Amino acid sequence: MRTFQGRVITPGEVTAEAVVTTQGFNTLASLQMALQFGDKEVKCGDQNNEELHGKPLIGKALCLPQTIGSTTGGLVLYCACSLQKNPACMLFANHIDSLAAAGAVLADVWIEGVSMPVVDSLGDEFLQYVKDGMKITVKADGVVEVEE
Amino acid sequence: MILTKEQQAILDGEKGETLAKVMKTLVMYGEAFEAEKLVPITSKYNHLVTSFGLKVMAPVYDLMQQLLDAGVASGQKFSVDPRPLDKNVPANFLQNFVFNKFMYTKQDFYEGQLKELGLMNDDAFTCACYMDEVGNKPQKGEVLSWAESSAVVYANSVLGARCNRNSGIIDIMGSIVGYVPYFGLLTDEGRKATWVVKVQTTKKPEAQLLGSAIGMKVMEDVPYVVGLDQWIGNELNDAACAYLKDFGAATASNGAVGLYHIANLTPEAVELGEGIIAEGAQEYIIDDAELERVKNNYPVIWKNPDAKPKLCFIGCPHLSLEQLKEWTDNVEAALKKNGQKKVTIPTVFTAAPKVLEAFEKTEYASRLKATGVITSYICPLMYMNNPLCKKMPVITSSNKLRTYTSSRYYTDAEILEAITGGKR
Repeated sequence: MRTFQGRVITPGEVTAEAVVTTQGFNTLASLQMALQFGDKEVKCGDQNNEELHGKPLIGKALCLPQTIGSTTGGLVLYCACSLQKNPACMLFANHIDSLAAAGAVLADVWIEGVSMPVVDSLGDEFLQYVKDGMKITVKADGVVEVEE
Repeated sequence: MILTKEQQAILDGEKGETLAKVMKTLVMYGEAFEAEKLVPITSKYNHLVTSFGLKVMAPVYDLMQQLLDAGVASGQKFSVDPRPLDKNVPANFLQNFVFNKFMYTKQDFYEGQLKELGLMNDDAFTCACYMDEVGNKPQKGEVLSWAESSAVVYANSVLGARCNRNSGIIDIMGSIVGYVPYFGLLTDEGRKATWVVKVQTTKKPEAQLLGSAIGMKVMEDVPYVVGLDQWIGNELNDAACAYLKDFGAATASNGAVGLYHIANLTPEAVELGEGIIAEGAQEYIIDDAELERVKNNYPVIWKNPDAKPKLCFIGCPHLSLEQLKEWTDNVEAALKKNGQKKVTIPTVFTAAPKVLEAFEKTEYASRLKATGVITSYICPLMYMNNPLCKKMPVITSSNKLRTYTSSRYYTDAEILEAITGGKR
């Protein structure tokens, strides 16, 4: 097991299976179709992201460098959390971007009973190490444990 | 974050629970970026990205209703992104059924909320709100609470205003409290370029292709682009602004660019020159081969890659008045060259309602109509979200539309040939 120390953006603890992308995660492109048409697995719909396209995202520990794309990204993330179709957590190798930060904060402040811990600044080594399927445990202080 | 007494009082709930939550949202948002303070919004108008009453976005409308019920709507009026539907845009019975019965069922309701929250006017639905005809054009240095990635990058880069890449909902919340957190693109430091992009092409690069290449490379960093002024000039005239509108939209959607500088052209690049480049900036060289590589790597997700296109969209982001005129000239000329009277693929040009109104008053409008091209005010992206439209082979000159939908990107010249009966 390896541990990585990140910065807590929105608090919480969770254990989930990793799904990983080393590219920018386009939130709108990834989630819009799944949310719109009731895909229970919330499969990633971004055809430009070969690493994630078609993979279920609901309840997964989404490991990524940052999000990119439309400024609807934050409210798409907010809707995903509200509909309980969100990833279990979002773990950023880089400093979080403004759209993901907005989505995470909106969900934290405005939705009762839904928790999506978000940790950033985990470092490039985190994203190089973690692979799809690894067991991720997020602690309240921003420590992320990764088990093969 | 250090708050003023007034801001702290709002956060503490002295003006009600809802306003306290709005303030808490902005404070937490700012603290994610180490913002030390909130600064006043100084622009006359705001711009919101959420223009669509999509059934699945019900949580957003619920939140908007909480704001309205608490009476916290501010006095700042706003424009908003384009409407999703227009009966003039070709759609078959089933597509329309899905649009009206499954997708945009909350459109009227949401537009009612927008009016109550402070929509500028009934025509203020466009992603290109900074067009003179629309009237939401901030001044250099003004602080905005905008969303819509293409509008933010234009306001920052071409107009020299100051705005972060805010998400939908954050946009209206800034207006409500009158402040935004001071970080990123609001700061001098955050506006420095950390990439130098050298354009070394042998011909004028396609705006949305160049933007795509740069966006994918620099992601959310700020690029300083050298060598583009030789192709688009060193004056922010209509043509240059239209080019940069399209270029910026591609950088913002293919990457996460919120600000770019064009040497000898955009305000801060002209004012500060290479002084706007941060120490240790990375370099990216773009030549003809690099643009070709980028274009050839776009995934084609049509089931049949050789399918005959059934629809063409031009105008994402919305076209300017001058672009509408130029396309009219070009379509007419190409039809004549190819021995056609009307476009051979149903084609829709999209622009702001006020821009279309101005266009209708020119002699170009009847000429364009005669070619069979349809004009509309919609957001093509919202149209393409319909799964029955997604299955159609649709072509576009918008790299932004390509990124989010199944539509296939071609350059302006390629699209022109395709829609006028030339070779594709």
